Amino acid sequence: MMTPSGRLDSTPALLILGSAALAVALVSVSSGAYPLSVADILRVIAGKEAADPVASMVLLEVRMPRFLLGFLVGAVLAVCGAVLQGLFRNPLADPGLIGVSAGASLAAIAVIVLGNTWLGGWLALTGDWALPIAAFTGGSLTVLLAWRIANRSGQTAVATLLLAGIAINAVAGAGTGLLTFYASDEELRSLTFWTMGSLGHAGWDDLVLGAPFMVLALVLAPWLARPLDAFLLGESVVGHLGYRTDTVKKVAIVVVGLGVGAAVAVSGLIGFVGLVVPHLVRQVLGASHRVVLPFSALLGGTLLVAADSLARVVVAPAELPIGLMMALIGGPFFLALLLRTRVM
Amino acid sequence: MVLDIRNVHVSLGSTPIVHGVGLSVAAGELVMLLGPNGAGKSTLLKAVSGDAPARGEIFVSGQALADWCPQALSRHRGVMPQRVDINFPLTAEEVVRLGLSAKSPGRADELVEHLLSDLEISHLRHRLVPGLSGGEQQRLQLARVLAQIFDTEGDRLLLLDECTSALDPAHQQLVLQRVHRLAREQGVAVLAVVHDLNLAAQYADRLVMMRAGRCVLEGAAREVLTPEVLDAVYGFQARVVELPEGYPLVIPLGQTRAQTAPLKPVCRQAS
Repeated sequence: MMTPSGRLDSTPALLILGSAALAVALVSVSSGAYPLSVADILRVIAGKEAADPVASMVLLEVRMPRFLLGFLVGAVLAVCGAVLQGLFRNPLADPGLIGVSAGASLAAIAVIVLGNTWLGGWLALTGDWALPIAAFTGGSLTVLLAWRIANRSGQTAVATLLLAGIAINAVAGAGTGLLTFYASDEELRSLTFWTMGSLGHAGWDDLVLGAPFMVLALVLAPWLARPLDAFLLGESVVGHLGYRTDTVKKVAIVVVGLGVGAAVAVSGLIGFVGLVVPHLVRQVLGASHRVVLPFSALLGGTLLVAADSLARVVVAPAELPIGLMMALIGGPFFLALLLRTRVM
Repeated sequence: MVLDIRNVHVSLGSTPIVHGVGLSVAAGELVMLLGPNGAGKSTLLKAVSGDAPARGEIFVSGQALADWCPQALSRHRGVMPQRVDINFPLTAEEVVRLGLSAKSPGRADELVEHLLSDLEISHLRHRLVPGLSGGEQQRLQLARVLAQIFDTEGDRLLLLDECTSALDPAHQQLVLQRVHRLAREQGVAVLAVVHDLNLAAQYADRLVMMRAGRCVLEGAAREVLTPEVLDAVYGFQARVVELPEGYPLVIPLGQTRAQTAPLKPVCRQAS
């Protein structure tokens, strides 16, 4: 069950995590303002009539899309976190920390607030896809910016990266503030959704809009596994081992831009998943990205769905924004991580 | 020639570091680059490893460096950088395996075991790298680099940047013996940057002395490591004793002048 280096083998880990994911999925779709019985859930999934006719509607129209979206967003955020940490060779890198989420959300908010005025042309051009595409573009541009600033003569300066992240977050925050200032009451309601993160409005529409980008990011990510392992030895070693360093970086930037951009577009700002999940996986299963990437996806999805179920029950019948919930869990964890790591 | 460098210039930013260096290494030859700090040794090596932009011509196995497909080149050219810092929980074995391309699982296991035990680190196989000592990590990196070129048919080039800097004397001997054997028995061409003059004298087939970005002298240890050359290039006085083993031993007697002092003409120009 354990490897000689004291890690959990990946097969039992997959069994444990897989069972946990199933259990969480079941809890997530059954609990809420209208509780569903397991028997009804199984019957609806099997395509039969449920004993309770409302159950079928609640499950298919409300709970299922929310569960699927939550799982996908959690998986994507965790994988993007792992990719960035490998790329920057720093376990503390996170889409939120280097401003990628803020950039994506600024673009999304710009579309909400300026969609009827300055960005009318954008909306006409992209239609229903205006938001995810804008969020994706905003996310990609910020990854690129942080990368450019932190990279001097082939070396990523970690301190510069984090400072750049603070600056990018500040600028994006100021932009968001400015837009908030101009927003109407109705737009403000949507804005709050972005800044606190929520799966509360999740429906099949969101899934159709966001899933293609997120799935694409998840499909591209495994290609990065081996080169990212090489990145752990240093950027120059990537080239020595025969990988095209620039191509690897570009694919990584596209993966993070696609994934985080789409995740922010459908669920707003959800922090710390990208930081906490890969770290946990590395502690238990090791740092090889061929393990870290798939298990981060599985654990990230499970954790976010679990947090979402919790967010629905702690203050029922109201619900806490999921971003808030994750920050409540992730914040203290991040502090503990800082205390343990000491050297940055 | 496995490595052929012609008139190479390297600048880092706007500062020129290497000025028109020419150098070649044949199959089975162990060439060591010597020179004071800032002479351009590591920078020259970086030009050959593709980590520093260079003007001039660099050929590996007769093919210009830029024309190589990266994947193929990685099987023919192993590069060991001066430092590799790993702050993620990889095991020693995982690091060595990074050097292996698609080899059959059985062969890969055998190779990892062979390389680890050859460098006396097989007991560290399952340990996490961040917890290893500097010397252990250095041997581990060498094992990873050797894994990369181990099974390659045709020319092989090994670039080593101060590969013994963190090692105790016994392991310095071990590592250089292995490298020497690789050159002798398997025809690997080796270009290594070293600071330890006596290790260079003991193991190199040929020494290349650099100063201020130029190769100032090239030849066998007893031609290059003379009190006059050491004074001119490094600025220190030394006694040089010819050992019965057939190579010179350098005993430093103290610094005579700042290294920035004007360079005295070197007695013999490279042929």
